[in-house]
Amino acid sequence: MNPVNYLYLAALLFTIGASGVLIRRNAIVLFMCVELMLNASNLALVTFSRLHDNLDGQILAFFTMVVAAAEVVVGLAIIVSIFRTRHSASVDDSNLMKL
Amino acid sequence: MTSTGEAVQFWVLAVIAVGGALGMLLMRKAVHSALCLAATMIALAICYLAQGAVFLGVVQIVVYTGAIMMLFLFVVMLVGVTSEDSLKEQLKGQRVAAVLCGLGFGVLLIAGIAHAKLGHFPGLAEANAEGNVQGLARLIFTKYVWAFEVTGALLITAAVGAMVLTHREHVTAPSTQRELAAQRIRENKQVPPLPAPGVYARHNAVDIAGLLPDGTIAEDSVMNTLRERGQMRDVSQDMLRRMAELENSTAEWLGRPSSERPALPSQPRPELEPVPNHQKTTDDAAKRQEEGE
Repeated sequence: MNPVNYLYLAALLFTIGASGVLIRRNAIVLFMCVELMLNASNLALVTFSRLHDNLDGQILAFFTMVVAAAEVVVGLAIIVSIFRTRHSASVDDSNLMKL
Repeated sequence: MTSTGEAVQFWVLAVIAVGGALGMLLMRKAVHSALCLAATMIALAICYLAQGAVFLGVVQIVVYTGAIMMLFLFVVMLVGVTSEDSLKEQLKGQRVAAVLCGLGFGVLLIAGIAHAKLGHFPGLAEANAEGNVQGLARLIFTKYVWAFEVTGALLITAAVGAMVLTHREHVTAPSTQRELAAQRIRENKQVPPLPAPGVYARHNAVDIAGLLPDGTIAEDSVMNTLRERGQMRDVSQDMLRRMAELENSTAEWLGRPSSERPALPSQPRPELEPVPNHQKTTDDAAKRQEEGE
């Protein structure tokens, strides 16, 4: 098996995550789709690191994980505070700025 | 080229990962989506381990499936487990367009990878010579030390941000029980305590509304949260329904025509007849007595 297959898998997962962001309406599921995209890019980075025999790719994946953790904390806090005021987690209901 | 063992492992894990991702995309309930995503993440962690990224594989399991997915599940529970995505489209044709966009994007990405000129694969033998964790540590604390420090600032900011976003400042002191009672009396709204939930003879769960004397449900006996989520159970018709079923099955057993009662009318009951006055009843009794004699 060619290790490039890992890249194909990463591309597939990234595509599924991106379509999920476009299709789903629940803010929490939207966030999960973003996480899936981050995970897919991590897989690609780890594979690149293996293809080039150096650890820079893995370091980058590590930093991606840290940033993803920070992003999730803030994002979920925003979702909770929106849910408190609007009583809904659907992104369609947050339309106060619509003309 | 990799070993056959890794190839088998890859295909098994790839099926699990893609299946989990599709499940996350297609499940209607947020909890099911979260569990599918956790399966995908564990499959990816094993992929990392297989590719020589030992540290990242463990961190993936600990941080992603352990911490981040649990955070997701916490928020799902806060927001309401039963909340489902509505299937109503707000923008016309948006879903079809999204699927087409996704397909096009995927084809582009995969075609890009297919056309890339990738030579031989050295593997991580040289980079991992002194151990994966040691190699990563050397890089983090030398070449990437600045990025590492900035990451610390980012994490602190995220923690403070989450606290600021979810914290609610009390502008006034919370009212005491005495003040609340005084206010209730002053406004003359619901002066006695709220009715308790549950139908005492059979159910005492908090999501079952108590019944009023006329058999309808008392909505305010169920707490606000459950009412808002639509999780109130109405058992006011249960006994009648069960009785009708019993009567039906009895009639069937005896071979008699069913004596099923018509469904209970939903309109309010008619006014009770006024109690006949005392004089009249005694007259009636006297008349009956005479007839008897």
